[in-house]
Amino acid sequence: MPRKKKTKKVRKGNGNNPEITVGAIITKPGSSMANKTGSWREFRPVRDPSKCIKCGFCWMFCPDNAISEEFVADLDYCKGCGICAQECPVKCIVMKKEEK
Amino acid sequence: MAKQVIEASQAVAEAVKLCSPSVIATYPITPQTHIVEHIADFVSNGDFDAEIIDTESEHSSMSACIGAQGTGVRTFTATASQGLALMHEMLFVASGMRLPIVMAVANRALSAPINIWNDHQDSISERDSGWIQLYVESSQEAFDTIIQAYKIAENKNVLLPVMVCLDGFTLSHVWEPVEIAKQSKVNSFLPKYNPIHAFLDPKKPITQGPVSYPDTYMHFKKMQHDAMKESIDIIKKVNSEFRGKFKRGYGDGLIELYRMNDADYALIGMGTLCSTARVVIDNLRKEGIKAGMIKVKTYRPFPSEAISKAAKGLKGIAVIDRDISTGYEGALYSDTRSALCDGKSEVGTISGFITGLGGRDITPQHIEKALKDMIFGKGTKEDWLF
Repeated sequence: MPRKKKTKKVRKGNGNNPEITVGAIITKPGSSMANKTGSWREFRPVRDPSKCIKCGFCWMFCPDNAISEEFVADLDYCKGCGICAQECPVKCIVMKKEEK
Repeated sequence: MAKQVIEASQAVAEAVKLCSPSVIATYPITPQTHIVEHIADFVSNGDFDAEIIDTESEHSSMSACIGAQGTGVRTFTATASQGLALMHEMLFVASGMRLPIVMAVANRALSAPINIWNDHQDSISERDSGWIQLYVESSQEAFDTIIQAYKIAENKNVLLPVMVCLDGFTLSHVWEPVEIAKQSKVNSFLPKYNPIHAFLDPKKPITQGPVSYPDTYMHFKKMQHDAMKESIDIIKKVNSEFRGKFKRGYGDGLIELYRMNDADYALIGMGTLCSTARVVIDNLRKEGIKAGMIKVKTYRPFPSEAISKAAKGLKGIAVIDRDISTGYEGALYSDTRSALCDGKSEVGTISGFITGLGGRDITPQHIEKALKDMIFGKGTKEDWLF
């Protein structure tokens, strides 16, 4: 039996969406947590705990607040920018290519 | 109250003072500078309690207004020409965030070649920025329109920024008698600003200006477009409410008609050239030509229905543009033609004329030539009248 082709329905009109607010304001704080940006990553930071001196540079420099106080990257949000590896004074973080 | 003979720039400043914005971002540019200079005088003399932010560019001025308005206060700024062009990026941010900022634009030509004199190219180039655009003809209208602008912008069904456009020099530097309204009267017309969606409150934290992905962006734009269309009724309402209170109004707030009752032909234009056109129309009437005028006060949202209704059955229309969509025709001409293609207006000829660029005077002779060329079938889509 031939399978039915799936097509996306094109909607006309207002396309009412309850999440649409005037001026795109967000009334619930912390909404960026819902936006998992880890899928953007090309390279993942891999830390060698034996070399780590726990200076906290990676934690401090991470632009996404994606490194915990135990200096572990949260891969749900880490975009793989590599700033932690660049700033690490003992070079205990290497950026490894993500494989699909 | 007795009228005062003042410069249109001062009339704008007086109106702004009466509307009591809390933050005014200023960056000087000819021919707008007098507006913010007058406001700065009021503030330094202690007549006006507002925070003035002297910025390093117009991009920053608009950014300052956006930031201030986002905390929940009324704001104002003014600019012209290159300054408006430099604001371009932030204009879309203001309208997209639905911030009811009011700005005066003293219309001036855009470089190059550099030119400080009047035409409408600067604001016409921002017609798609999501700002309501109101064009004024006189100092009194400039004064009144600033007060109306806040009321329109802040309406809960609108929440859009408004540009009040007055011709640079031709109006901004002209001294005319202006009736300055009493503070109590303005207060009863324009209530204290009560932000609806954009404000800072630690008890009710919100995020303003976030990212919107392809699944939502189009919805926000549609919402903005709907609000702009909705503003057509609000502009009319505010104009009639203003008329009731101040005994002055400008047509229906969208367009103003002059001698259109029995007219065969009409001129369509915006700004100060309409004053010249009134004289020309009176003279043509003496010659037996039944001419009239449809003055476009509200350019965005474009009052297509009102224009179509006013133009119904006319033998011909001459549209005067003080701008040029380079490579095509005047913007007002394009919009007018499109409005009259609704199958209802049944207008004969529609001719377009480009005049008054870069401060070139628009004399009664220009207007008469435009009207007569149209009447006698010599008009085209874009005749340049030098």
